Amino acid sequence: MKPDTLTRPAAAGLGLALLWFSILVLIPLAAIVLSSTAGGWQQFIGTITDPQTFAALRLTILQALGAALVNVVLGTAIAWVLVRDRFPGKAVLEVIIDIPFALPTIVAGLVLLSLYGPESPLGINVVNTQQGIFLALLFVTLPFVVRTVQPVLLELDQDVEEAAASLGASRFTTFRRVMLPALMPAITAGASLAFARAISEFGALVLISGNTPFVTEVASLKILKFIESDNRAAAASVALVLLVVSLAVLIALDILQRKVARRG
Amino acid sequence: MADTSWSTGLTTGPTAGVTDAPARHGSPTDQQSTIRPGVTPPATASVPVKPSTRNRKAGGAGRNGGGHVVRILLRLLVIGYLFFLVVWPVSLVVLRTFAPVNDTGGFDAFLTRISDPAFGYAFGLTLTAALWAVGLNAVFGLGISLLLVRYSFPGRRLLSALVDLPMSVSPVVVGLALVLAYSSNQGWFGPLLESLDWQIIFSTPGIVLATTFVSLPLVIREIVPVLQEIGTEQELAARSLGAGAVQTFLRITLPAIKWALVYGVVLSLARALGEFGAVKIVSQGASFNGETATLLVANRYGNFDEASAYAAAFLLVLIAITALVVVTILRPSKEHRS
Repeated sequence: MKPDTLTRPAAAGLGLALLWFSILVLIPLAAIVLSSTAGGWQQFIGTITDPQTFAALRLTILQALGAALVNVVLGTAIAWVLVRDRFPGKAVLEVIIDIPFALPTIVAGLVLLSLYGPESPLGINVVNTQQGIFLALLFVTLPFVVRTVQPVLLELDQDVEEAAASLGASRFTTFRRVMLPALMPAITAGASLAFARAISEFGALVLISGNTPFVTEVASLKILKFIESDNRAAAASVALVLLVVSLAVLIALDILQRKVARRG
Repeated sequence: MADTSWSTGLTTGPTAGVTDAPARHGSPTDQQSTIRPGVTPPATASVPVKPSTRNRKAGGAGRNGGGHVVRILLRLLVIGYLFFLVVWPVSLVVLRTFAPVNDTGGFDAFLTRISDPAFGYAFGLTLTAALWAVGLNAVFGLGISLLLVRYSFPGRRLLSALVDLPMSVSPVVVGLALVLAYSSNQGWFGPLLESLDWQIIFSTPGIVLATTFVSLPLVIREIVPVLQEIGTEQELAARSLGAGAVQTFLRITLPAIKWALVYGVVLSLARALGEFGAVKIVSQGASFNGETATLLVANRYGNFDEASAYAAAFLLVLIAITALVVVTILRPSKEHRS
C-alpha cells in the first residue's frame, strides 16, 4: 500500500487539523517550556534544586520506580495466572484488572481511602504517609504490565516450555531460560508505561498524600501549590522536568520496540 | 491487541502510537519467531538430558506435585493482591454509599443526596464538556487518521508521534499549559482573548479544552491500525468504478472502521467524564461555578461531607463500569469486522 501524495482537499484538511492541534496541544506545551526558562536558565536550575522542590521530584521518581518494580513481578504473575491457570471465576479477574483504568483518578483515591483511610475497617490509615502514595501508584498502574505481557504470553508456544521440561529442566530453569527472555521486551514496555504514569499521577494522590514538604509532597502536587501561590514560572519549571522525564522514557521505549521488531 | 489498546486507552501514557501501530500489531508473533531460535539452544545445551514420557502427556503446568503447589500459590497471591488492592476498596465505596448515616440511610438517602441541585449542575457540566470533547476528538481523530495512513507528506512521522503525546502529559501539566497560553491576565493570548471578550480559563471552554486534550489520542489509536489493516484495494476499486471521494468514504471506508470509531468514542467518553487534574487547574471549581462531577467528589470529601462524596463517586463508578462492559461487548464484534 503506497500512500498518495496530498490532494487539494486533503491538504486543506491537514492544515485545519494542524491548526486545531497547535491551539490545543502544541502552543500550550510550548508555553510551559518558554515560561520555565523565561527568567533564564539560572532561575530554572534554582527552582528545581531548591531543597523542597528537589525532595518532591526525588520522592516522585523513587516512588514511581518502586511501583514499576512491583508491577514487573506481580504484573507478570497476574498475566501468567490469567493465561496459564484455569479456575472458576477467572473471567472476573479480567474485569478487575481494568477497573483502575476505568475509574476516575479522584474516585481511585476515595476508593483506597475507604479501606486504608481514617475509617479503615482494618485499622490501617495511610493518609499522609509515603506508603499511602505507594499504594495509590500501585492501584493506578496495575493494568500496564499485565496488559502488555498477557498477549505475548498467549502467543508463546507451550511446546518450547514442554521441550525444556521434558529435557529435565526444572520449572525455575524453564521460566528463567525460556519464558523470561521471550517476555522481557513486553515486561520492560509495561514497566516503562507504569513508570511514566506514576510520575505524572495527580488525582489519586490528592486525597491521600498529605502534602507535607520533604515527606509526602510529590511533584504534581508541588506544581499545584506553585500555581495556587501564583508562581507560574516555578510551576512551569517542575512541569518541564516531568515532561522531559516521561518523554525520555517513552522515546527509550520506542527505540526498544523498534529494535525488537527489527530482529524479526 | 484489543486488550492492550483498551487497557492503555483509558488513562495516560502509552506509546502505542500511530507509528508503532504496525510494529505493535505484529509484535507478539514477531517476538515469538525471533526469540524462539535464540532461546532454545542454550536451554537444551545447558540442561542435562533426562527424557521423560510422563511430562509430555501432562502438558504445560501441573506436571508434577511441586509445579502444582507453585501454581496454587501464584493463584492465591494474585487473587489476594487484587482483593486487597481493588475488590475490597471498591466494594466498600459501594457499601458506604448506601450505609446509614445518623439513622437516615439506604437508597432513599442516596436519592436525596444525588437530587441536590449542585449534583445536577456538576454532572450536567461534566456531560457537556465530555460530549464536546468526544465530538471534537471523533472528527479530528477520523481526519488525522485518514491523513496519516492514506497520504504521505513531509513531517508525517513527526505528526504521528506528536498526536500520541497528550496521553503522557501529567493532568496538572495539561491544566498549567492551558492556563499559561489562554489565561486572560497572564496568558500568551490573554490580551487578545480579553479584547474579544472571550473567557476561556475559569469558564466552560477551558474545561472543554482540558478534557479534549487528555482524551485526544484515543480515537486515533483505535482507527489507525484498522485503516492500515484494510488496505486500499476496495477503495481503489470503488474509485475506478466511478465513485467520488465522499461516496467512497461513506460506502467503503466508514463501514470498515465503524467499530473502531465506536470503540474509540466509548474510551474517550469514559476518559473525559473522569478527568480531574487538568479540570481542577482550569476551572473555578466552586459549586455552581465550574464544579464538575470529579471536582464535586474532591470538594465534598474535603468538606467532610463524605456521604455526598461517596454518592457522586458511586455514580462515576457506575458510568466507568458501564463503559467497561460496553467495550467488552463491542470487542468481539470489532474483531469480526476487521
